[in-house]
Amino acid sequence: MQLAVFALFALLSLVSAVVVVAHKNAVYSTMSLVVVLVSSAALFVLLGAPFIATLQVLVYAGAIVVLFLFVIMLLNLGRENATGEAEAPRGSGQKWGTILGAGVFAGTLLALIWRTYGSDSLEPLQAEAVATKPLATLLFSNYILAFEVIGLLLLVAVVAASVVARRVGSAGEAEAEKEG
Amino acid sequence: MSVDLTAALLKIALFLAFFLGTLAPIMVWVERRACALIQDRPGPNRLGPWGLLQPLADALKFIFKEDITPTEVEKPLFLLAPVLAMLPALSTFVVLPFGPPIEVGGRVHNLVVADVESGVLLFLALSSLGVYALVSAGYSSNNKFSLLGSIRASAQLISYELALTLAVLGVLLPVGTFRLDAVVAYQQEHLWNAVPQAIGFLVFLVAMFAETNRTPFDLPEAESELVAGYHTEYSAMRFAAFMAAEYINMAALSALCATLYLGGWKLPFLNPPSGPWALTALVSFSGLAVKVILFMCLFVWVRWTLPRFRYDQLMRLGWKVLLPLSIVNLLWVAVATLQGWM
Amino acid sequence: MVPISYYLLLAGMLFIIGTLGALTRRSGITIFLSIELMLNSVNLTLIAYSRLLGDRMGQLIVLFVMAVAAAEAAVGLALFIAIYRHRHTIDLNRLNLMRW
Repeated sequence: MQLAVFALFALLSLVSAVVVVAHKNAVYSTMSLVVVLVSSAALFVLLGAPFIATLQVLVYAGAIVVLFLFVIMLLNLGRENATGEAEAPRGSGQKWGTILGAGVFAGTLLALIWRTYGSDSLEPLQAEAVATKPLATLLFSNYILAFEVIGLLLLVAVVAASVVARRVGSAGEAEAEKEG
Repeated sequence: MSVDLTAALLKIALFLAFFLGTLAPIMVWVERRACALIQDRPGPNRLGPWGLLQPLADALKFIFKEDITPTEVEKPLFLLAPVLAMLPALSTFVVLPFGPPIEVGGRVHNLVVADVESGVLLFLALSSLGVYALVSAGYSSNNKFSLLGSIRASAQLISYELALTLAVLGVLLPVGTFRLDAVVAYQQEHLWNAVPQAIGFLVFLVAMFAETNRTPFDLPEAESELVAGYHTEYSAMRFAAFMAAEYINMAALSALCATLYLGGWKLPFLNPPSGPWALTALVSFSGLAVKVILFMCLFVWVRWTLPRFRYDQLMRLGWKVLLPLSIVNLLWVAVATLQGWM
Repeated sequence: MVPISYYLLLAGMLFIIGTLGALTRRSGITIFLSIELMLNSVNLTLIAYSRLLGDRMGQLIVLFVMAVAAAEAAVGLALFIAIYRHRHTIDLNRLNLMRW
């Protein structure tokens, strides 16, 4: 039963991951990324992390990827040539080099996983292993500094993003000044 | 079939019968009649007493109309979008508790479909996926109005989700868990949350209107400037799917609001009878239903009395008013909880 | 019980697909999406190991990764908007002003 659920979502995420990378239209890529994220969330539940799974859907799929879609539609990058994908392909040497490199990397990874294969003996999940409270206790005791730093990082990112994306010296800003 | 599966299916059937079979048609009628009442005209009154059969006629019309797929649309996304709208709408109610635990055949059942620990978060997560329907509908329609509608929708939903989530956090803080049945139990011992957290309630209410794209926040589908926004190109059943999803979303968010702020399924001074379990379940469910219907009437009343916001006003309200207000509410709740006032 | 090595294998494959995308595509947005894919596969690995070792540290790191991804997405997309305003393209091969 668990294996069937795993197989379903693993297959779903692999196929959608290929679509993310291979599709010419950025909107389809982004929508496929949502499928990958949601099926990963399902796998998180299988692995006994329902809280992280919920956050994955809420934060990742529900907010971050919507931001991607917003920018794609704002700049109208879906159908246009602005992404450059429709133009003549670049020298194929670079592409083959990349694929070769990825292959070597994949081989190494497979070998590593193969060596560890069979060493995992899982006990059935306990109720307290799934609970959210111990996670919160850990986060707000041992890792409180990391938590605060992440908060600061987000603040910096927000300020940076709004400064970078601002229209400099254009009509929009003058209007905003007048209004403000 | 196992007992758990049967129980879950029964609960799902109860919710679906209420949302799809009862609430949606009645609300269509209330919407049209109340609109007529406010605009001082009779409204639909030909079919059945007071036009009560009008929703049936509307539904039949939607089913038998020709389903048009324009030639220039992005077909896969265009066909997928109504499904994407219905899926999150029909799945959010699973975490809503609708009664006290009942005992059937020696087993205690909690009256909630999915009894999970991160209940509220799951609700918010599922409902946040609804934006993809709007975005893919608008984008795939290959139409400037629709595209504008979905750009507005994505920005609006993200902005108001922040305030909504922060308001919800205020409710969860004194309770100390994400479980909604704990929130209901907490409100039975204390005041309804709408009283001590009046600011949070207000923020939630306004954000709720924005999240369901209802007037005064219906900019993604503003008919006077964007034709019909993201669903301009849809017809027949696909259009009906969008409309039904909107109503179900309203009902689900109303139910969440009632659970978080107005005591959930518990009506004041009335306890569900402790007789046979089916009676208990039905009576407590109708407690929740009454509150949902009250909220739906509020939705209709507001829709036909308030004009639409301008886009910059919408963004200003979301970021400069609601977000700070919800933070103030969170701070007040935190202090009150620490001091033991709550 | 699904063996942990299956999860690791899946995460490895996702990571490789993401790497390929980030290295071979030239649209800035798609490269960005590929990076998100890689981050997600790392998250899967972390959760899998957290399950294997019975240690919550892995889940916490996933929380941090999500926050960093949010920050990264905000700044990155803002950069794309700014670049698009000046160059009307986000084809990374044509943004070669700083190339010698």
